[in-house]
Amino acid sequence: MATVQHAVHDVYEPSLFGTYSKKIGMWLFLASDSLTFGALLFAYSYNRIANPAWPTPFHKESIANATIMTACLLSSSLTMVLAVLAANRHDKPWTRNWLLATMFFGTAFTVLHAMEWTKLMGEGMMPSTNPWEATVPQFGGTFFTLTGMHMLHVTIGVIYLGVIALRKKFLPILLGLWLVGWLLTPAGSVFHYGIHALLIGAIVSAIVLFLKPKDYDSHDVEVSGLYWHFVDLVWMFIFPLVYLMSTKI
Amino acid sequence: MHDVTAAHGEHKGVYFWVWGGLLFLTAVEVVLAYKQILQPVQMLEVLLVLSVIKAALIVLYFMHLKSEIRTMRWLLTISVTACFALMWIFFFPDANRILHLGVK
Repeated sequence: MATVQHAVHDVYEPSLFGTYSKKIGMWLFLASDSLTFGALLFAYSYNRIANPAWPTPFHKESIANATIMTACLLSSSLTMVLAVLAANRHDKPWTRNWLLATMFFGTAFTVLHAMEWTKLMGEGMMPSTNPWEATVPQFGGTFFTLTGMHMLHVTIGVIYLGVIALRKKFLPILLGLWLVGWLLTPAGSVFHYGIHALLIGAIVSAIVLFLKPKDYDSHDVEVSGLYWHFVDLVWMFIFPLVYLMSTKI
Repeated sequence: MHDVTAAHGEHKGVYFWVWGGLLFLTAVEVVLAYKQILQPVQMLEVLLVLSVIKAALIVLYFMHLKSEIRTMRWLLTISVTACFALMWIFFFPDANRILHLGVK
């Protein structure tokens, strides 16, 4: 039986964007994700301007904490770009080292953010109520939705980088972190349930790693870097709009 | 195929400068918040301008959009900017209306 054979160049037109499809896919995802965050940021800013009695619960300690978190994310972007450079020169040990450094900064950011949430909830702030201004109940809802969505993105980013850096070796580490986090957080804390994001991440990572095992190359590192820098970029808007606009020094 | 990796492979020092610039702009924002010399709407405008500069630095240098081909650069920039402009046009005048006229 005759088989139909095509030369690849005859079948596929060259990419309009002049680059590989994985990167175009990630850029398109980031463009759509930026609209998600854009809508949340606009909703927050809209409420902020429309309510002169907007609560200002962020004192010096909160601002200092959020500034350290920002420095962590900015530093993680630097280590990420160094990982991409190392991957481009096929330096696997340094690619892994810089990716692990990026994960460290990302984890530090998440832990500091969780501490900030715990402090606010300890003061009585919930999605529908806040102890500072009863006439502005939307403060908690917009704050937790926006920062929670970002925290989820950072967590997914750390898992993504862990898969790229360590592949299957990352799975027991992730499961260990989930178990320790679950056992250490108090049963009444929102993070006692939120930590299950790590378990879901471990299951999804295992499916990807076992169904399509591969040695991740410089393109994969560059694409994961695009995602990570985007997470950093979004925080550049959340930090001033949420924290610095609600400061009481 | 346009090889962006080759285009940005030799400028390690630039990334440290960009990182330093981002930290500096963050420090400016924090100082503005501590001083509290601006009204909320003015403060929002200044912070948004600084945030857009920081975002541009991240996208152009860390995400290497500067090294991509012109089609990709413009298509991404124009589409995302147009969407944000639409959100801006519809959201903020209404928020200001509530602020100045009260909820009707």
